Amino acid sequence: MKAHLTRRYRFSASHRLHNEAMSLDENRLTYGKCNNPHGHGHNYFLEVTVSGPVEEATGMVCNLADLDGFMCREVVERYDLGNLNAAEEFKLNIPTTENLCIAIYETVSRGFDKVHLEKVRIEETLMNSFEYAGPSGLHR
Amino acid sequence: MVYLTRRAEFSASHLYHNPAFSAEENRRVFGKCNNPNGHGHNYTLEVTVKGEVDSRSGFVVDLKQLKEVMQREVLDAMDHRFLNKEVPEFFTRIPTTENLAIVIWERLVPKLNHARLHRVRVYETPDLFADFYGEI
Repeated sequence: MKAHLTRRYRFSASHRLHNEAMSLDENRLTYGKCNNPHGHGHNYFLEVTVSGPVEEATGMVCNLADLDGFMCREVVERYDLGNLNAAEEFKLNIPTTENLCIAIYETVSRGFDKVHLEKVRIEETLMNSFEYAGPSGLHR
Repeated sequence: MVYLTRRAEFSASHLYHNPAFSAEENRRVFGKCNNPNGHGHNYTLEVTVKGEVDSRSGFVVDLKQLKEVMQREVLDAMDHRFLNKEVPEFFTRIPTTENLAIVIWERLVPKLNHARLHRVRVYETPDLFADFYGEI
């Protein structure tokens, strides 16, 4: 039997949306308030969905302690109470929540091999959420 | 195709323990969830059914019937119960969130007359949920 398991994490971080290749006017026009030179922050909610057969001996798709350990170490501690623009992956990419979704998806799919990663979903605010499920898109 | 989701809540206790494992292995695999006295959660269940909208009633499904089936098959059997000891499926299966979603699916499917079950989602806490779509 194949099941999907979703775990929710949270972290708070600041960022500024600014593209060096654009003029000041174009940056302000494109990013609006998010282009404020001093940056601003959000309380992000992150959902990671994994899927696979439910192992008979444990009743689990994957051991939650393993997933939590990886996510806390590699994602939450990396971004929580920090500035996203300072992270290596956002030296060239703008730290929009779209790009944050892709960066976290790649971190998990590269580093956590115990289960299949289905998707990453991030709520930047209560009004905005973003999902990334790899190049082939959402299956569900 | 329209999808309709009905939510319900139940509270139950459980523990994770595999008699085929040694005591040490049970503690290592299941951690605090292996506490022999059990522990409990307030579960939230979401049942999603799908179908075409009936032109006469405007319904995908009779919500009253769905609510009654969920009450009888899930809430009456699981609410304020010790899952390992009182729900027969969990005499042999570990009552993880994944298995709860599967067991609830198996209980609902034969009882839903017209509705086609799409998804069973079980929240163990607001930060952890399992989905089952009937995939083997």
